[in-house]
Amino acid sequence: MLQDVSIISALWKIISGGDGDFYSIILLSLEVTLTAVTLAGCVGLPLGAMLALTRFRGRLPIIVVINTLMGFPPVVAGLVVFLLLSRSGPLGGLGLLFTPQAMMTAQFILVLPIIVALTRQTVEDLWSEYADHMTSLGVGRIGSIPTLLWDARFSLVTTMLAGLGRASAEVGAILIVGGNIAGYTRTMTTSIALETSKGDLPLAMALGVVLITITLCINGLAYGVSRIGAKLAGGR
Amino acid sequence: MRDVTSMLPLKLQDIALEVDGRRLLEVTATSIRNKRRTVVLGPNGAGKTLFLKVCHGLLKPSSGRLDFVAGKSDAEVRRRQAMVFQKPVMLRRSVRGNFTHALAMAGFGWRERRRLADETMAHFGLSALADRPARVLSGGEQQRLAIARAASLNPELLFLDEPTSALDPTAARQVEEMLELLRAHGMTLVMTTHDLGLARRFADDILFFHNGRLLEQGPADTFFTRPQTAEAQAFLENRLVW
Ligand SMILES: Nc1ncnc2c1ncn2[C@@H]1O[C@H](COP(=O)(O)OP(=O)(O)OP(=O)(O)O)[C@@H](O)[C@H]1O
Ligand SMILES: [Mg+2]
Repeated sequence: MLQDVSIISALWKIISGGDGDFYSIILLSLEVTLTAVTLAGCVGLPLGAMLALTRFRGRLPIIVVINTLMGFPPVVAGLVVFLLLSRSGPLGGLGLLFTPQAMMTAQFILVLPIIVALTRQTVEDLWSEYADHMTSLGVGRIGSIPTLLWDARFSLVTTMLAGLGRASAEVGAILIVGGNIAGYTRTMTTSIALETSKGDLPLAMALGVVLITITLCINGLAYGVSRIGAKLAGGR
Repeated sequence: MRDVTSMLPLKLQDIALEVDGRRLLEVTATSIRNKRRTVVLGPNGAGKTLFLKVCHGLLKPSSGRLDFVAGKSDAEVRRRQAMVFQKPVMLRRSVRGNFTHALAMAGFGWRERRRLADETMAHFGLSALADRPARVLSGGEQQRLAIARAASLNPELLFLDEPTSALDPTAARQVEEMLELLRAHGMTLVMTTHDLGLARRFADDILFFHNGRLLEQGPADTFFTRPQTAEAQAFLENRLVW
């Protein structure tokens, strides 16, 4: 079929550097996604653990809201960040709209609920197993957070991968707040959207193949590392 | 100066534990005496585990008093006791990691932790397992790890909830030898068991529970030769219906 051949030739063209900006697009995509997911992890893991271990009024509604936010439409998240960062918005003075930082912010907001929600569940389950032991050692709930996060590390890798999946596949939010500016805020997903609307389907497909391949590699690596780790530590 | 005087005896007075209006535990008066081996007996569901958890401070009684010797702070009382659970809690770490974690929680520095961990493992014959993941150990090995881990904290008072149940005779024997080491070290031990043979060999004092109530208590030889209550007699003859 002609279509297949043109995808392969498009793939060949972008990989061999015929399409000059290709590698900078990949690098930017990775930078935005990995930064957003890392920061969301730094905030979301302790936050999820806190939510698992503390008891306060309004905790259950908060959990329901966060669980709901896991499916928050990216376009809406993008719109919210857009309104915050636009000239007349509350954070307009920062001049961050249409920058990579704006895209990181949007993805951070999208990924955070996933990490918080899944971490809460994991830590809560582990706490029910460890509670007596930790209490016996004279350590309270909050004091147990480092122990629980460390001992849940293999499940939490999967949690982080879920966040990474959402961020790397996402186009709606970064398109709105990044603006898809060539050479500056153009990522793989926004390029795919652009090439599709321009009608260059083979190029769009080729970019898609590259995106999936990179995501597969990252997931494979993380999964492999955590499986080996889990094996060495005696499983979950 | 570190205060080295004992925090025992632990005295319990009119203790009751109620959950959802159901009275699960009732202890009129008893005490855990210094350097004695107390064995808690009773059929399944008698309240033995609940009693240990109340004594250890994991469960707060609904009413009643539970007093250590006056003048010990709560933190001091917590630090000086440990418990081995019916189902041992194994952290997702190596055997050595399980020791160093407990010691870290007790406030020991990094170097000290490793030294004490290695010392304790050597003392209880666990050195060969040091780098194995704790959760793949056999049931007997896990039980020995749990006991040694509690012992590494050098508590004055140690609670053990059925340390030999679900173990084969050899493993049970090994655990019994560990308990003997702990006793020789001067620890006060409170243990539940279903193994009447172990109870006869091991106990100084017996607490007998039935349906959540402490029915009978006293020196072990009196209990085994002349039980006072019909329930205790029936229990010793393995014909207790509950
Ligand atoms: N959290 C709880 N809520 C309600 N009931 C409980 C709770 N914990 C224990 N019980 C009940 O209290 C009773 C005593 O339980 P406990 O675990 O102390 O028994 P046990 O003497 O240790 O038995 P076993 O020999 O089987 O270990 C049981 O009937 C149990 O179902
Ligand atoms: Mg029990």
